[in-house]
Parts: sequence; C-alpha cells; structure tokens
Amino acid sequence: MVELRDVTKDFVDGPRTVRAVDGVSLDVERGEVFGVIGSSGAGKSTLVRLVNALERPTSGSVAVGGTTISDLPERRLQPVRAGIGFIFQQFNLLSSRSVAGNVAYPLAVAGWPKDRRRARVAELLDFVGLTDKADRRPGELSGGQKQRVGIARALATSPALLLADEATSALDPETTKDVLDLLRRANEELGVTIVLITHEMSVVSYLAHRVAVMDAGALVELGDVYDIFASPRRPITRRFIATALHDRPRPDALERLRSRHAGRIVTVAVAEGRASTTYLADRWLAHGLRAEIVFGGVTEVAAKPLGSLTFELVGEGRAVEAAIADVRSRTEVVDHGTAADPKDGDL
Amino acid sequence: MDWTELGPSFALAVGQTLYMTSISLVIGGLLGLALGVALYVTRPRNLWPNRAVAAVLNVLVNVVRPIPFIIFVTAIQPVAIAIAGKSYGPNYAIVAMSAMATFGTSRIVEQNLVALDPGVVEAARAMGAGRLRTILTVVIPEALGPLILGYTFVFVAVVDMSAVVGVVAAGGLGEFALVYGYQRYNYAVTWIAVAAIVLIVQLAQLLGSTLARRVLRR
Repeated sequence: MVELRDVTKDFVDGPRTVRAVDGVSLDVERGEVFGVIGSSGAGKSTLVRLVNALERPTSGSVAVGGTTISDLPERRLQPVRAGIGFIFQQFNLLSSRSVAGNVAYPLAVAGWPKDRRRARVAELLDFVGLTDKADRRPGELSGGQKQRVGIARALATSPALLLADEATSALDPETTKDVLDLLRRANEELGVTIVLITHEMSVVSYLAHRVAVMDAGALVELGDVYDIFASPRRPITRRFIATALHDRPRPDALERLRSRHAGRIVTVAVAEGRASTTYLADRWLAHGLRAEIVFGGVTEVAAKPLGSLTFELVGEGRAVEAAIADVRSRTEVVDHGTAADPKDGDL
Repeated sequence: MDWTELGPSFALAVGQTLYMTSISLVIGGLLGLALGVALYVTRPRNLWPNRAVAAVLNVLVNVVRPIPFIIFVTAIQPVAIAIAGKSYGPNYAIVAMSAMATFGTSRIVEQNLVALDPGVVEAARAMGAGRLRTILTVVIPEALGPLILGYTFVFVAVVDMSAVVGVVAAGGLGEFALVYGYQRYNYAVTWIAVAAIVLIVQLAQLLGSTLARRVLRR
C-alpha cells in the first residue's frame, strides 16, 4: 500500500539544514493498522506528510498503491491526495462551514454532484454518530466530536488509506478511546489501511498491528506490535513501552519492595508462548519455594496477554538460584536481589 | 448662510463623495485583495513560495504606501488624465484614490491572511484541493470576518482621500468645505461638511461591524 525506499527529508532553515527524516525504508501492507511512534521532533509528522506528498522527499522514493508519487508534478498529486484520508491533531476543521459542509468539502473537490454529496454526508455522519450535529458549526462541538467530524471528512471519498497524525493527542483519555474505536471500525468494517502517528504507546497497543519506532529521523525498530512489546531491543522502545504498561517497579518502588520483603525480589516477563502465570506458579512450587506477587500486572497487547510480575521468592538459597535459572530458560527474568544484597537489574 | 444657494451644491457634494468613495473602494478593494493574496501566497513555505515575486511586490507596496496622498494625487496626474480624460472632477480623482486604496488594502488583506491557522490550508491541500481552489474556498472564507473589519477600515481611509481630492477640484465634500467654508471664512459651512462625513463614516462602521460580527459568530 505504501512503500518508502531510503527516504530522506532535509529542511533548510537559514544557514542550518535540519534532517527531519533520515534514510527511512518501510512497507505498509494493505488492510493493516501501522503505528509510527516517536518523541516530538523525531520526524514522524514529516514522514506521514511525505506519504501524501504534502512534503517532497529530498532523496529516496515514496510509492502509494503502486504509484511512485515522489516525482509527480503538483497537478498530478491532487488526485493522489484526494484518495488518501488525513486526520490532524488539531482537527483543522473549516470554521466557515457547518459540520455537514466540512464533510462535504472533499466530495466537492472530487467533483461529486450535489445530491450524491448529500446522501454520502448523511451516511458518514451516521457512521461517526453525529447525525444530529449536521448543521452545527465546528466551534460548537467538543474536542472528541470535532475529531469525529475530522474522521468523517477523511473517509468521505472512501479512501483506501487513512493517515492519522496524533489524532488523539489533543483529547482526554475517555474521548481518545471513542476515537480509537472509530478508527478500528474504519479498519475492520471498511477495510481502510491506517498509518497511525503517535507518541503514545498505549495508542499503538490498542489499535496497531505493526509498529515502527522513530528516533532522530531514523527508523530504529520495526515489527509486530506484540513482538515489539514482548521483546524490545532498543532502550527508547523500552521507555515507550514502560509508559504504556507500568508493569515494572521503578527504582524508588524497588527500594520499598526490598525493605518490605525479606526474600529475593525478581521481575519475570509474562508473554504468550513463553511464560504464563500458571507456568510460573508451577516452577516456584517445583523448586520448593514460597512465592508472593508484590508488583506488576498482565494486560492485553494486540489481543494477547503481556506484562510482567515481580515476585518475592522465599526458600533455600540454592533452590532460589536454580528456580531463577530454570525460568530464565523460558522468559526474561530480572534479578533485583535482596535488601542485604541488592542487584542492579533495572531496565 | 443662504441654503437656497448652498443646498444644491451640498447635495451634489454628498453625492460626489459617495460616488468617488464607493467606486474607489470597489476597484481598490478588488485589486488590493488580489495584491494582498499575492503577498500572502508567495511567502516562504506558503502555497506559491516565490522569493523574487515576493520581494518585488513588497518593494512596490512599501514605495507607494508612504507617499502622502495629497502629493500622490498630483504626482500621477498624467496617468489620471489619460484614464479619466480631464484634469478635474470625481472620475479624475478616482484614479489616484483607487491606486492608493489598492496598496493600502493589500497590506490589510495580507495581515489578516497571515493570521489564519495554516492547519486549515494544509487540510484543504490534503483533501486534494488545488491552490486556486484553496484560496477561494478556504483561505478567504476562513478569514472573512477580519477581512470585513479590514475593509471597513479601508472605507474610512478612502472617505478621507475623497476629501483631500477637493484641492484638485475633484468635487465632493472636501471641495465644498474648502470653497464655501474655508475660502469664505464660514466655519458653519465647514462644520456641516464635517458632520456629513462623520455621519457617512459612522454608518459604514456600523454596517461593517455588524456584518463582521454575524460572520464571526458562526
């Protein structure tokens, strides 16, 4: 659906040249939700604007739906852009038009006749649940409602590809979930391929199938969302995951755990195909240990269980070592030691 | 004061002022809109970024705008005669007034468009709208409220110009005040002209403010 080949984008700002995107190659498959995560300034907003040719790459090529768009003249780009939906963080609705007028705008650009436009607008407002707001002005709507109008507008011409640039970053958590659910429906019911730009890992885990991690303009990690969450390779990826899961004790919490519990403190990663909670309970028991869960949690990522549990292990010293080695053969184990003998196993 | 003598002259002067002002506002307003949009779109990273064109337009506007209008009227006399066919009367004055209104309007238009959220322009482009369509259906409608207030301001400036052109025998309330008030030491007549101009400006301001409020409230 989308093919980026060694794409670089430089911005010239007076005497300085800023490289916003640095040699990125990736493919987005038809029908998937592809997340791109990065801190602000990592180049992800520029990347997504290269996909619908709002920006042109300095070098490299961009292809959408099999057509290379990075070398098309401006006039030929207009129909390409019209076939790609775009959702903005700040909604960017036209305040001079009603809700219905906003949704109708891309249809007018695409040259739809008036009666077909009206029917399509009604259909879209029904899809996003704003039929009763058709004649309101954007200024009268809440943030979540504005973004639903933004989505209806982006879906108006039935695009095969939808680009969402921080679509939920200006919204509160409750509204964020509504908007993400709407995007999921667009993907599942309408078959729209979605490229989702975000700085929130929770958004990625909720919606995306695959994720690319960007850092300083470069793509540093890419894979299935579950795999990335279960076994991240880069520190930056771990930091993003930590913001979504909150399943591992931070240093100060660890300090308190050690002082509260006399036994050995270990954190064990729980992931499908590696270690379940039942498996862990069995192992501790088999080595004659008493284990208590003192921190952590297991949640769902990409509809599969994932998380980590921190245990206090009480038992004979050699048995504890053997149990840790045993479990470590199956999954990641971080040994925090005891209060008397702390180990620096922090991630 | 003999109103049987002054009355018809006053009525004619009011008519000439309204005529000169409205025609100059229409011509200068439209040309100024085009020039202002050109100043806006040629800015860096805008719809038609073009450093050379932007520089030429800026120099042009900056050269013309500071010329005191009373000097400008006399300076472009040959052009005005060529267009109007004579060197006096309202049509002669309209040439200078329209020209100056064009340059004045262009800056006001540019300022109001620059204040527009670039996000809506980007949204229109992302939806596949061409640049001309973006200007006509997004840029100008989105800035309409402030533009109406800007044009109200321009109207008042054009009324001022319509009085200045009294010195070159263009007619209107300016010439009326000079000939029947100033030259005859008749302050009462001068103040009648002042009152008429104040009334015209007040009505225009009321109309502009009301329209802008209606557009902005949507």
